Amino acid sequence: MTARDWLLDDSPASRLQANLGRAWRMGTTLLRNPLAVVGAAIILGLILTAAFAPWIAPETPFGQDLANRLQPPSPQHWMGTDELGRDIFSRVVYGSRITLMIVSLVAVISAPLGLIVGAVAGYFGGWPDRLLMGVTDVFLSMPKLILALAFVAALGPGIENAIIAIAITAWPAYARIARAETMTFRNSEFISAVRLLGASHGRIIFRHVLPLCTSSMIVRVTLDMAGIILTAAGLGFLGLGAQPPMPEWGAMISRGRSFILDQWWVATMPGFAIILVSLGFSLLGDGLRDVLDPKQAGER
Amino acid sequence: MGATLGSGSIRMRRLGRGAGALGGFVVVTALTFLGLLAITFFIGRVVPIDPVLAVVGDRASQAQYDTARAAMGLDRPLAVQFLSYVGEVLRGDLGHSITTNRPVADDLARVFPATLELATLGILIGVVLGVPMGVWAAARQGSWIDQAIRVFALLGYSIPAFWLGLVGLAIFYAGLGWVAGPGRVDIYYDGLVPVHTGLLLVDSAIAGNWTVFFNALDHLALPATILGFFSLAYIARMTRSFMLDQLGQEYITTARVKGVPEWRVIWVHAFKPIRVPLITVIGLSYAGLLEGSVMIETVFSWPGIGNYLTQALLNADMSAVLGATLVIGSVFILINKLSDVLYRVLDPRSRQ
Amino acid sequence: MSAPLLDIANLRVSFPTPNGRVDVVKGLSLTLGRERLGIVGESGSGKSMTGRAILRLIRPPGRQAADRMIFDGIDLQAQGERAMRRLRGARISMIMQDPKFSLNPVMTVGAQIAEALRVHERLPRRDLRARVTEMLEAVRIHDPERVARMYPHEVSGGMGQRVMIAMMLIPRPDLLIADEPTSALDVSVQAQVLDLIDELVRNNGMGLILISHDLGLVARYCDRILVMNAGEVVESCAASELQNASHPYTRGLIAAVPRMEETRDELPVLDRSEWSGT
Repeated sequence: MTARDWLLDDSPASRLQANLGRAWRMGTTLLRNPLAVVGAAIILGLILTAAFAPWIAPETPFGQDLANRLQPPSPQHWMGTDELGRDIFSRVVYGSRITLMIVSLVAVISAPLGLIVGAVAGYFGGWPDRLLMGVTDVFLSMPKLILALAFVAALGPGIENAIIAIAITAWPAYARIARAETMTFRNSEFISAVRLLGASHGRIIFRHVLPLCTSSMIVRVTLDMAGIILTAAGLGFLGLGAQPPMPEWGAMISRGRSFILDQWWVATMPGFAIILVSLGFSLLGDGLRDVLDPKQAGER
Repeated sequence: MGATLGSGSIRMRRLGRGAGALGGFVVVTALTFLGLLAITFFIGRVVPIDPVLAVVGDRASQAQYDTARAAMGLDRPLAVQFLSYVGEVLRGDLGHSITTNRPVADDLARVFPATLELATLGILIGVVLGVPMGVWAAARQGSWIDQAIRVFALLGYSIPAFWLGLVGLAIFYAGLGWVAGPGRVDIYYDGLVPVHTGLLLVDSAIAGNWTVFFNALDHLALPATILGFFSLAYIARMTRSFMLDQLGQEYITTARVKGVPEWRVIWVHAFKPIRVPLITVIGLSYAGLLEGSVMIETVFSWPGIGNYLTQALLNADMSAVLGATLVIGSVFILINKLSDVLYRVLDPRSRQ
Repeated sequence: MSAPLLDIANLRVSFPTPNGRVDVVKGLSLTLGRERLGIVGESGSGKSMTGRAILRLIRPPGRQAADRMIFDGIDLQAQGERAMRRLRGARISMIMQDPKFSLNPVMTVGAQIAEALRVHERLPRRDLRARVTEMLEAVRIHDPERVARMYPHEVSGGMGQRVMIAMMLIPRPDLLIADEPTSALDVSVQAQVLDLIDELVRNNGMGLILISHDLGLVARYCDRILVMNAGEVVESCAASELQNASHPYTRGLIAAVPRMEETRDELPVLDRSEWSGT
């Protein structure tokens, strides 16, 4: 028996074999979707760039060189230099760290929050459900960007506050999904069985309900990443997110705004980075959804 | 069962459903609006470490500070503060802007039409191009056309609006000179036509001043197209997914069995059932454009609510920020819930 | 003997799967006059795909091919999509399984029936309406004008299927394919619907292909029977000779039919080892 046969066995002998087989099947399905592969490659590229930024970037992101300010793209400066003579390519490379940090932190804060709210609401039903979902719905029917802007305005500009503000606007969508998922198997046999064994509500939610919500959650979070990146960049552009001299892409575009007519590269180059990374997450999310969660394919 | 009811009662039942949906709509909208007020209240009074300081500035004396604190009612319990806040908003009092030194409500009424004009033109572009693109992609699922439209639509989720605005200005205004630059109208046409609706295209048409009309259109073209692109992306994507869903249905096969031509299968049998959900999508997209115009207006110096909001943000003018948030939020909620109720009234399948 | 209405030789239908193309119909051949032919098999035996393949309605990525597929002297495989469209509905029609899913939910019943006629004949609006009313009466719907204004979700399953029959017969086709026409219906209305199909087919001198998983039902309504298993025809006989069937699969199916004066405690399960050879 080959490893492939073992993975594709219809009657796996162990949980490990079942899980590995599932992962294998999903992986091969994903690989057949060329757009998803492109997306995955872009995300991998982002992670590698962030990890090896000092080796990839030819210069430091803060090194000023006023003699060489506003140089157009050239072999020395692939993306040209900005108004302080800093190498834009190096700043874009270092900026990937900020972007990666923002999306990771937002995901780490909002996904578990949404999961727990949704699972609790769906699992218990009744008034906890109505209360939690009422709050969720109010947040959901609010414009995200405006809400984030207002929060940052109150909290004060800065990257930490921007992350908090984005996370506050991101969790309700996850709560909705987690609730819908939970509702579908709340009354199923296996949950009753675990309950009969005497498991506590907490144990049932954490050990049995939440794991079943993860796949749709992964899809949703991946799809949302593009929006999170755009919002973060927008906050940076308005001067409310990352503060100079941090090489945050949105803030870099904002700096280049004054030179857009003559030194177009200053504002344009970081934009390409934003587009590439957002597109990567969207493509990957699309592909993941087709594999993990075919029933909500196409919905956004 | 339906078969035993007269056609009169069928119509009655359809009407009754509409009334029920309308009642639910009013309650849900009111509750959501209250939720919005709670959030803006929370942002305005609870989140800032010291809201008084935000108003009087840090050079105020202790006496000034205490007066301001009492005037703002911050010495009262939070619940009382919230109730009086709700009362103020319902009376149309959104506070005073420290930037323009005018009531925020007046400011917003003045700038809102500019945003409305921009967003409306944007959504028109989005619908007129987005729906056929989505249908086309679905009809040719898997073909290169489909892939191209998918990627194009995904770009709408990936391009920062403010960046596209800047690049658009650099290319089409500065580079090619095809469109007019930032602002609503060239400076020497400003204030030439009497204000009726606040929508410059309408006002100049009423005045019969076509020079201003075409100048305004020239200024609208680029920002509206860019906004339109973002709604196009969303609308095309959703149309495609709705259509794919429909094209997999049994009744599509039925239509083909009958010998119905393919264009009719697509535009009548598959498209008709999705018109209602599409209205919801278009409504949401329209609301989204009001929001998206914040970035575009900033880039294009468009004197609308988005620009007003960002100016207020930069000046830490909290009353103006919250007022603008409240107005955009309210419009958003209203469109949101309205498309919901429309869905239930229009769809013959809605369960009774 | 005149030329048959339908003559198919070696029909194959295949669909791609992660493990390569799989044939769901493997070399089916049949000839049909103006008679009633039953195709029986379990779900997944390829019987429904056979019906769709006759109308050339296997959508990509599915594929169909045959050595010969001739309907009333017309080579179906040589027809372009336009020509096929003129045949569909007008000459060959198909009754679908479940009216809940196979009627368009946002078009009135009348509009859907009228459309079946309108795509093939240009008729004044008044004649069109008269034909629809007449057809609805023919399928025993009382108050046809009112039903014509109703939406599919407002009619019952049995009535929905009669609407479907009206829609498929209104252009007066020569061949009717009925794909599990009653399996979605209550037992109480199944016989009514089948009797109706039977009567209309006889009166109009049409050919009928009745596709079903129900052996007894097919034996009652058809002249000849094809038994399909795993994409292949395993038995072909006159309905009256079904009891003498030779293939073990058919015999297994017959044995599994419950009878009125039943003495068995347990119905036998098909023993597939007899013919699949694995």
